[in-house]
Amino acid sequence: MALLTVENIKKSFGKTEVLKGITFSLEKGEVLSIIGSSGSGKTTLLRCLNFLETPQMGCITVNGETLFDAADSRTLSEAAIRLNRLHFGLVFQQFNLFPQYTVKQNITLAEELLAKEHIKKTGSYCGHTDYHEAVAAIDKKADGLLEEVGLSDKRDNYPCQLSGGQQQRVAIARALAMEPDILCFDEPTSALDPELTGEVLRVIRELKKAGRTMIIVTHEMEFARDVSDTVMFMDGGVVAEMGPPEQVIGNPQNSRTKEFLSRFNER
Amino acid sequence: MSFWEVTVFLFDGFLISLLIFGVTLLCGAPLGLPIAFCSMSKYKVVRNTSKVIVWIVRGVPLMLQIFIIYYVPGLLFQFPLFSKVDQFFFLNWGISDAGRIMAVLIAFTLNYACYFSEIYRGGIESIPKGQYEAGYVLGLTKSQIFRKIILKQVIQRIVPPMSNEIITLIKDTALANCIIVCEIIKQAKELAATKAMVWPLFYTGVFYLIFVGLLTIVLGRLEKKLSYFRS
Ligand SMILES: Nc1ncnc2c1ncn2[C@@H]1O[C@H](COP(=O)(O)OP(=O)(O)O)[C@@H](O)[C@H]1O
Ligand SMILES: [Mg+2]
Repeated sequence: MALLTVENIKKSFGKTEVLKGITFSLEKGEVLSIIGSSGSGKTTLLRCLNFLETPQMGCITVNGETLFDAADSRTLSEAAIRLNRLHFGLVFQQFNLFPQYTVKQNITLAEELLAKEHIKKTGSYCGHTDYHEAVAAIDKKADGLLEEVGLSDKRDNYPCQLSGGQQQRVAIARALAMEPDILCFDEPTSALDPELTGEVLRVIRELKKAGRTMIIVTHEMEFARDVSDTVMFMDGGVVAEMGPPEQVIGNPQNSRTKEFLSRFNER
Repeated sequence: MSFWEVTVFLFDGFLISLLIFGVTLLCGAPLGLPIAFCSMSKYKVVRNTSKVIVWIVRGVPLMLQIFIIYYVPGLLFQFPLFSKVDQFFFLNWGISDAGRIMAVLIAFTLNYACYFSEIYRGGIESIPKGQYEAGYVLGLTKSQIFRKIILKQVIQRIVPPMSNEIITLIKDTALANCIIVCEIIKQAKELAATKAMVWPLFYTGVFYLIFVGLLTIVLGRLEKKLSYFRS
């Protein structure tokens, strides 16, 4: 069974229909890249998956559990949405780190709050009955994540003291800290100077090796080609073409895909 | 009267100025927050009511507002509340001016709460949407996001405009003398009238200058303390 199934997602803002029925599925450990020209609805799709937007129609199922069904109002309550969000992580184009917290605090903040809440409600969090014990475990995990993104030495720095590439790596570690089933990236390198994109892409490649399930919206064709298992080309709110990278990027069948890629190669 | 006696006499008045300053800050600053939230409410009625109130309070001279608060209970309800309080305090404890000071405190608190609310609103609205979204995506609740992420950034951004208002506030306390509250300038005018001494009027400036100097140092430190991050 697929880890994630997305069925017929439709999203409109007022009268403009931005997603016109998106359907796809994702296996555990699979990496999906989404390409397509600006305005085709890529960001909106990721925002729907992270419940920052509510689609007017469609279903989202993770691990067999229906997280969202536009026809079922129970899945739309604020509490349900909040729980659902933990299945997904999102790395933003603009990083959105919390400026008043250190790198380490950025990573641990959300889980510490979750642990506090759980201990208060149920008496324990991940086997810890004591909040300080839980915090120690969360700290340790953060150190591991910082090592994974190569920023152990920046642990106590503030975001404003880091380069864009470093900030984006912190954002990745922060998203991983909540242990999402699926990690989404919205053009993670678009806000970076060209010489800084490499360090971020390298981290994502490592995550693939570690078997993470990821959805990556990107304009880095070379990267998409060799990191993805599947590439989706979106056009005007629909999936125009989807398949292995050798096909979609290497030998596109759809005329719109061909046009998009040829415009891309001109640069 | 010697220089020292004048100083003591004026300082008595300045204590009243400081009282108005302190109470206005202590009550007005918290009261500004619910007003700010009302001005940002998703309900149009609440939002517009709040905005109209803020518009009126900021649009009318504070001196006029003091008169309104002081005289309206008597004119409208035939019950001069604040004069009665004056008498009551004077007869029971020999304290003069209590009712007048109370009217001034109410007028100042309402007035400054409205100014503060606009500063808060500006601060809150200036925080990028991405900060909220980053919080939501990590599973935080709306209130956690506000308390743990937004608040401190707002505080950092509002310290400079708040400092301006606070410095204006100490000078505005002089307006209390329009209903004969014995703040420092009223005291100096008293000396001019009864002792034909004019120089104490100018000397009052020194009190303000010293206090504003202290405020500037304290607020500057606060601003510096919050400058460890850049948002
Ligand atoms: N909150 C919104 N309100 C109105 N229109 C929106 C909103 N968000 C996105 N859109 C519109 O939806 C379309 C798709 O946007 P987006 O998903 O950001 O595309 P992409 O990420 O592929 O560039 C655009 O035309 C954009 O103007
Ligand atoms: Mg986009």
